[in-house]
Amino acid sequence: MRAFSYERATSPTRAAAAAAKTKGAKFIAGGTNLLDLMKLEIETPSHLIDVCGLGFDKIEQTPDGGLRIGALVRNTDLAADPRVRRDYGVLSRALVAGASGQLRNKATTAGNLLQRTRCPYFYDTNQSCNKRRPGSGCAALGGFSRQLAVIGASEACIATHPSDMAVAMRALDATVETVQADGKARRIPIADFHKLPGETPHLETALEAGELITAVTLPRPLGGVHAYHKVRDRASYAFALVSVAAVVQPDGTGRVALGGVAPKPWRVEAAEARMPQGAKAVTAELLAGAKPTPENAFKLPLAERTLGAVLAASRVQAARA
Amino acid sequence: MKFDTPAADNPIDRLRIVGRPADRIEGPLKTTGTAAYAYERHDVVRNQAYGYVLGSAIAKGRILAMDASRAKAAPGVLAVVTAENAGPLSKGASNTAKLLGGPEIQHYHQAVAVVVAESFEQARAAAALIKVSYEAAPGAFDLAAAKASAVNPGMIFGSPADTAVGDFAGAFAAAPVQLDETYSTPDQGHAMMEPHATIAAWNGEELTLWTSNQMIDWSRREIATTLGLAKEKVRLSSPFVGGGFGGKLFPRADAICAALGARAAGRPVKVALTRPLMFNNTTHRPATIQRIRIGATREGKITAIGHESWSGDLPGGHADGAVDQTRALYAGANRMTATRLAALDLPESNAMRAPGEATGMMALEVAMDEMAEKLGLDPVEFRIRNDTQVDPEKPERRFSQRQLVECLRLGAERFGWRARNPKPASVRDGGWLIGLGVAAAYRGAPVQKSAARVRLDGEGVCTVETDMTDIGTGSYTIIAQTAAEMMGLPLHKVVVRLGDSTFPASAGSGGQWGAASSTAGVYAACVKLREAAARKVGFDPAQAEFADGYVRLGNQSVALAQAAGPDGLAAEDAMEYGDLATTYRLSTFGAHFVEVAVDAATAEIRVRRMLAVCAAGRILNPKSARSQVIGAMTMGVGAALMEELAVDKRVGFFANHDLAGYEVPVHADIPHQEVIFLDEVDPLSSPMKAKGVGELGICGVAAAIANAVYNAVGVRVRDYPVTLDKLLAGMPETV
Amino acid sequence: MSRVSFTVNGEPRTLELDTRTTLLDALREHLRLTGTKKGCDHGQCGACTVVVGGRRINSCLTLAVMHEGDRITTIEGLGRPEALHPMQAAFVKHDGYQCGYCTPGQICSAVAVLEEIKAGVPSHASADITAAPQVTTDELRERMSGNICRCGAYSNIIEAIAEVAGGGS
Repeated sequence: MRAFSYERATSPTRAAAAAAKTKGAKFIAGGTNLLDLMKLEIETPSHLIDVCGLGFDKIEQTPDGGLRIGALVRNTDLAADPRVRRDYGVLSRALVAGASGQLRNKATTAGNLLQRTRCPYFYDTNQSCNKRRPGSGCAALGGFSRQLAVIGASEACIATHPSDMAVAMRALDATVETVQADGKARRIPIADFHKLPGETPHLETALEAGELITAVTLPRPLGGVHAYHKVRDRASYAFALVSVAAVVQPDGTGRVALGGVAPKPWRVEAAEARMPQGAKAVTAELLAGAKPTPENAFKLPLAERTLGAVLAASRVQAARA
Repeated sequence: MKFDTPAADNPIDRLRIVGRPADRIEGPLKTTGTAAYAYERHDVVRNQAYGYVLGSAIAKGRILAMDASRAKAAPGVLAVVTAENAGPLSKGASNTAKLLGGPEIQHYHQAVAVVVAESFEQARAAAALIKVSYEAAPGAFDLAAAKASAVNPGMIFGSPADTAVGDFAGAFAAAPVQLDETYSTPDQGHAMMEPHATIAAWNGEELTLWTSNQMIDWSRREIATTLGLAKEKVRLSSPFVGGGFGGKLFPRADAICAALGARAAGRPVKVALTRPLMFNNTTHRPATIQRIRIGATREGKITAIGHESWSGDLPGGHADGAVDQTRALYAGANRMTATRLAALDLPESNAMRAPGEATGMMALEVAMDEMAEKLGLDPVEFRIRNDTQVDPEKPERRFSQRQLVECLRLGAERFGWRARNPKPASVRDGGWLIGLGVAAAYRGAPVQKSAARVRLDGEGVCTVETDMTDIGTGSYTIIAQTAAEMMGLPLHKVVVRLGDSTFPASAGSGGQWGAASSTAGVYAACVKLREAAARKVGFDPAQAEFADGYVRLGNQSVALAQAAGPDGLAAEDAMEYGDLATTYRLSTFGAHFVEVAVDAATAEIRVRRMLAVCAAGRILNPKSARSQVIGAMTMGVGAALMEELAVDKRVGFFANHDLAGYEVPVHADIPHQEVIFLDEVDPLSSPMKAKGVGELGICGVAAAIANAVYNAVGVRVRDYPVTLDKLLAGMPETV
Repeated sequence: MSRVSFTVNGEPRTLELDTRTTLLDALREHLRLTGTKKGCDHGQCGACTVVVGGRRINSCLTLAVMHEGDRITTIEGLGRPEALHPMQAAFVKHDGYQCGYCTPGQICSAVAVLEEIKAGVPSHASADITAAPQVTTDELRERMSGNICRCGAYSNIIEAIAEVAGGGS
């Protein structure tokens, strides 16, 4: 871990301005991913701006009936919030399927969105990685790829986004609120927040230099049956092989987003029109054009079968209700 | 003391303290965080500096140049040690690769430098400043590809690589029912919770290492050899070891780098290997490819059994002994085994919990399940039909004890085996497909010379000293129980001191021999101490009895505290062994029963119930022995369902080299586990009449799980781990 | 270097630290409270679990300087060998450990888990995410899954926790 200077931010605008003008500055909140990566010198900030004191730790009702989740709300608190449990079950479920109790107690809403990939080649600084060292190549291509992306990837990068929470937020059409270096606020739809790698896999989000996430807002509750089904080898404390976030309405329509398959939470709105036709129809469109490796091709039938199980369960649950 | 005739009645048979489920005597220390592990011994020597190990970035080749100038100039740095400036270094016989590499690189993450600094943070940052340029050489990293060039390694752990009895080829060809299948097991990591760690301090040419090590005497020898010191100049201390499983049998880079760093810095240095370095820097259980052929009569009598195994290691390394149990587990007049070793440039392979049987039983016990199905026999019944009470290779040699059939029968009854539907994929519970599986358990029961020193003081406290280690096995407690039983003292009047090379050399913790061997050594020392105490008070040692804190003869009795007197009494002895272990075959047996549920949609596998029945001689402490078995069962769940060091066959390394990538079981993977010990004493093993259980518990578990998965979904997976991707194509259609 | 003050097991402590120092290393190397273990240093094992402000966290993934004014409880603050905390005593009774290295983390986690259930925090094992969670063995197993025990004492650990919780089904 390289030496860095450290300051406690006193206001969001000042923090954003300081981050923009200080070369190598990074915000730190929960630290559960950043410090992990700093120990390996995958992240090498020269200056850390501790934003924990900025007070973005509330969950509030929005005027249009949605929820505004402070950027610093801990994963545990977000999952446990009665409104989230009642109206956005998919989000609670996704959160408690992620990491461990200890990590969820520290990890924040904004930090979760900014999690970096768990690709083993990204994590080993001896290996080439375009995310870590742009232009160095992608050692994962032709390497150990069981966990890696089957869709949305590129010749430059086949990493997956590891978050569970973000998959649920994608299904819920959340909006990321930020403050920019010039002090202006900005709203970024979650669909646009994470970028596909293309030729620039090191550019992972729409955030600009110094831009600080202040909140994530959720639109009005959708109703319906909420499900988050995370598939993994180990029963807990493991990243998803495939995960399905779904909100299913009584008439069989609804929303679906996938985790574990792509460099970002994977949702194709057009595919959702096929939900009444069942999982096969949805995944055929959702994963059209997938380019799996021999090691991770299983994710395609797995996604279909998992969605099938989710839809079947939601029918049962809807009938019960 | 020499053990060369079957044990007669002795004081241990009283079982007032031995055989009871005593709580671990070190429990209050471990549960309060006051048991100090290697890296934590701030108190043993002042002025400790911090070392940080840099691992090689290539798997094979040479270091062309190394520039440590920026590291040396970095804040707080005291020394940078590399092969270039370390002075002459040898390699101990137990290590296959050098513990400090360069200029030749033998495997990925082989240590190439240690940076010593005032603080951990400074040492870690400076290590990243070392610039190394490498010239990579092509290497062999793929066992399947290297299989054809594998050679006969000669001997494996004292057994010949090839064995043959009768006419295997002829009998197999003639058998009306045949099985010929190939299985594979992956490379696995020990992943003990405490990383390899050492504090090193020099006093002139004398070196002390406070370290984390299973085998003090072996490692003392290896460190002396590596550093070119006389063995007497090296002291090791490992009173608490945070898990080993075979990964700490020999010194690793932490010990050598700490010693070299301390010499270069001129002050004590502490080094812990980082978790991401451990998987490639240290040893692992090697992958195997195993071919099993079984021929049987239609009635289910095995007439031919053959087991071949291929594994790899660095040149000069060792083969996995996967065929070992097949020489002894089942009857059959015609038999063969063969072991081949391929040269691979992956990190050094070595022992991991039950080396040989752990991998061998993963294959053999699936083969037995497959064969039972071919025969239309219940898999429990098929095993029972092929039991043997004599060594099938040498019928004149009996097993000292063999209760495999009893384990299978009792287990089947307790587990509700009768409820199993032999037709796969036929039992559902909601969205889950349910399956039951069984496997036999088998592991040898070696005993090793082991010594101890015992002292009785004027307070009536008995102190035992031996370099035996407690790696979670319960050594502290069973040694205390042994001394208490022998001396007729309550448990709290015994103090046990372990893991120090200034104590008499023990068998150490390995090969499942630790419990039986180390307590036998304590027994021998206590026999001498009893004689000394009896003589001192004028009693005939042969007639004296030790009980309730007294030595008695008839109606005379003297308190032990008084017998010891202010000067105390001391005795030291070792237990050594004659040829009973060659006259008889000493083994441990068991049976594993498992119920799994497989998600009908996603093919996720979850273990619902587990039962192990073990016959392993006298159980010295049912509580800690049970823990040994459930721990091994848990590691077996990992082996069955998730553990695999993923080999990148281009670069030549284990890619998933941390605890997020290399998944081991967590709480949620493990159901309540049942263990039953059969009532058994084995007077041919040692005066303790005990054997081991710590490795028996892992042998067969993975196969029982794989068999249960087959029963649940009808897909036979022969390549471990059994993960959902291997089931999906064969899963029943979803609703 | 940075200065930080917090209380550890009720005692106020002030440290002058390299800013890079994790809370874990501050405890182990500077305060010599070595009961908190370093198993992976990357949040992948749970051996470093401590309780900060009533919540369990991985002390390896947080900087000490970020804990100004915090109340930190480590395994040493729960009980002593001669005066064990009920959870520590239950681990001894049920043999909920073997090598002992993950044990302090397991115990700190276990104590916090029972509080989390009491506070109504849901888990992946909660069948109804909107309902108040109960102390069941499934809940305990899921919630304890961030604490790896390679010796495999899980079955016994759950029995120890269930006993302290006063039952469990």
